[in-house]
Amino acid sequence: MAKIKKKIKTIKVDADKCNGCRLCEAVCSAFHSMPKWNSNNPTRSRIQIIRYPLRDIWLPVFAGEYTPAECMGRDKYVIAGKEYDECTFCRASCPSRGLFKEPDSGLPLKCDMCEEDPPREKPLCVEWCLNDVLIYEEREEEVDEEVKPEDVEVGLQAMINKYGMEKVMDTVARISQKE
Amino acid sequence: MRYAETGYYLEIDLATGNIERVETDPKLLELHLGGLGTSVKLMWDRVPPEVKAFDPGNIITFSTGLFNGTPAFSANRTVVTFVSPQNEFLSYPLMGGFWSAELKYAGYDKVIFRNKSPKWVYLWIYNDKVELRDASHLVGKGALETQDLIREELKEPNAQVAAIGIAGEHRVFTASIEQGRSSASRLGGGAIMGDKRIKAVAVRGTKDVYLARGAEFMELLKDVRKYIDFRNENPIPGVMTILAGIGSPQEMKHTDEKWHTESFAWGNARARRKDFWTKEIEESWSKSQLEAIKRLISCYGCPQQCGALISYRDTPRYMAKCFGKLTYAMAAYVDNLDFAWRILRRATEYGVDSFSTPQILAFAVELYEAGILTDEDLKGTSTYGPCPSDKEGRFYWLLDRVARREGIGDILANGTYYAAKEIGKGAEEFAHNTIKKHEQLPLKLGMMDPLYYLMYSTNEKVSITQIEGNWPQAPFPTKEEREAFVKDWPQVPDEKFKQYVLDWEPRGENANPYYPTPQMSAEIVDWMEMLHNVDDALGLCAGMASFCLKPPYHINNYPQLISAATGMDLDKEGLKKIVNRSRNLHRAYNNRRGLRRVDEKPPEDHWKKRFPELEEQLLSTYYKYKGWNMDGIPTKERLHELDLDYVAKDLEQRGILKDGQD
Repeated sequence: MAKIKKKIKTIKVDADKCNGCRLCEAVCSAFHSMPKWNSNNPTRSRIQIIRYPLRDIWLPVFAGEYTPAECMGRDKYVIAGKEYDECTFCRASCPSRGLFKEPDSGLPLKCDMCEEDPPREKPLCVEWCLNDVLIYEEREEEVDEEVKPEDVEVGLQAMINKYGMEKVMDTVARISQKE
Repeated sequence: MRYAETGYYLEIDLATGNIERVETDPKLLELHLGGLGTSVKLMWDRVPPEVKAFDPGNIITFSTGLFNGTPAFSANRTVVTFVSPQNEFLSYPLMGGFWSAELKYAGYDKVIFRNKSPKWVYLWIYNDKVELRDASHLVGKGALETQDLIREELKEPNAQVAAIGIAGEHRVFTASIEQGRSSASRLGGGAIMGDKRIKAVAVRGTKDVYLARGAEFMELLKDVRKYIDFRNENPIPGVMTILAGIGSPQEMKHTDEKWHTESFAWGNARARRKDFWTKEIEESWSKSQLEAIKRLISCYGCPQQCGALISYRDTPRYMAKCFGKLTYAMAAYVDNLDFAWRILRRATEYGVDSFSTPQILAFAVELYEAGILTDEDLKGTSTYGPCPSDKEGRFYWLLDRVARREGIGDILANGTYYAAKEIGKGAEEFAHNTIKKHEQLPLKLGMMDPLYYLMYSTNEKVSITQIEGNWPQAPFPTKEEREAFVKDWPQVPDEKFKQYVLDWEPRGENANPYYPTPQMSAEIVDWMEMLHNVDDALGLCAGMASFCLKPPYHINNYPQLISAATGMDLDKEGLKKIVNRSRNLHRAYNNRRGLRRVDEKPPEDHWKKRFPELEEQLLSTYYKYKGWNMDGIPTKERLHELDLDYVAKDLEQRGILKDGQD
């Protein structure tokens, strides 16, 4: 398979510098509001500060992929004397918690690195972070060129996985006869 | 659609347990903005002068400001209003933190409590779901402890909780309302919560706060940000370090306390120690502070770091901000910062104001040393021992008694003014540092300063801590420095103020106390107060606006920001009129409760050199400038200009304002 260059966008989180002001949450929610900038609601933000002040935990976490199923366990990590739930570091919008979901609809949220046309120099949370906690980096990586399946194919594959090839074929045949 | 504000108040009747979500009149925004402005209006409308602080009819309101919940930098203050048990005037301590933004996200501008609950409760607000919950299991718990217990029992780690400790439960007049690293401390808000049996107010919100012209608002904030960066990189030359930057005093960040420890008075606001900050002290204090501070923290949306997580040896963790680091140690004459971290933790859990309380304790120590309080007053009981004799021990002992109202603590808990009256035997002379019955900063200075004289005497805040700000505290020594200062000064409301600075000299005719002249002093003080009133309506931290020199927010950019946020088309004059209206309403409210010229004076010993004639002239000039009569009451004409005819009518009916009075 051919190798291609891919741009990897990274936000480095220097959590020790975070003083918990949550401006990143505010600006993220304002940017992603409709119309843009006209409403504010940190629950809609794709970055959340996990905060347990007396335990000295202020941890910015970005929304990642949606997952339909929660993990089987809930492990704990102790790092430098501080105890964290495993979920603290997890970026998933997951059934086990309220984090990274639209408060009204429950639909999952995912960080888009502030996609905009023309492209932004860096994500807004990085731009507005006043203490250099969030540092934006881009790097290139060589990856295998993958052939991206079409949307229809993805959908059909999911149906086949769930119901079996035969049932899907039968259904397609039946629908096409009706039309 | 309502912009910047939610348009709803949450009304709680504690006697019946009735809770209502009430839509507010949009006109209030145009007349009083929000925050303090609209809260003062509530007090005028609902709490008549006959109602005393501990009457069921007193209301306590937790209010957001217009900018809370928006991305505006440092918009994080909650203003709490009530009639104070200490002086029976309308008081409004503010706290930073995260509570206000959360309340906005829950869909409310204010929470208003009236009457008293038959049993201990806390209020839990989760968007439209609001309930009074039993708090009997929280009685006796610390103010900080309570916040975490409530978050745990609700399983809501992101709930913001404002709570009282045992001092509030016992209606101590200096009881504070604590919230994370912040507190609304002055004038006894915690006592009012305790009187109404509200242990805490917890809130979580996941709704939207709207802006009228969001994109424009964000563009304006970019300019504000640029200026913040500029100011952080360019401290003002020629002024002391703590005035050179922006933000609240960075007491947790900076270890250099030469200025505070040598300029403020020790003990019961008695003596300055001008040679305190030795090399040894500097080393030991810096070491102690760096050891104690685990992390510097800020309030919602703030670039500055005025607070800290304190983790000091075996003392349980807590959060602190500002001057509390010094007030107990200085009042106790303890030269060891170790004591400060320990006692501040206890005081935070008890929930007491760390300005007034240390002075009350120091006052008691002085009374004992003068033989007015005796061993009989400081004796133990079956539950606690007698007062120790060492400096630290007796402070802890006295703090314990005050917070629980035990023994002599029951008298001291009413503050130095009332305690002195009750104790008698000459104790009054020792309660020497109050204005309007409220303990002031421990400052004792040389020469009367006309600006401070006016701010101390007249301001509704009744505590100087945050009245001053945009005006330099002293003249610059050279012409060149003055010129450099005024050259880059976009914050002035009028160009004439630049000339005042240019002509202001350390010595000679144009020097303290005769310069700035009474007329100029009135104008400058009015400017400072106007800014504070704007901040308190918007929920902005004074540290980024009215409280510091050359701040990022000021009278020349507030109107654009407010216009973009609310959709109102407001200019500088319009904004001035609104805050003047609110301030005069506040004034009239306190006049109705008895406030007169005779109450408007700083402590006798605040300055060594006093100028009685000039002081009277200052006060008269200021009253005239404000449009008040010579007794400090807004005139009918002034009230009419501010659309406050209903206030004039009320004052006339009560005989407070007489016909034809000028």
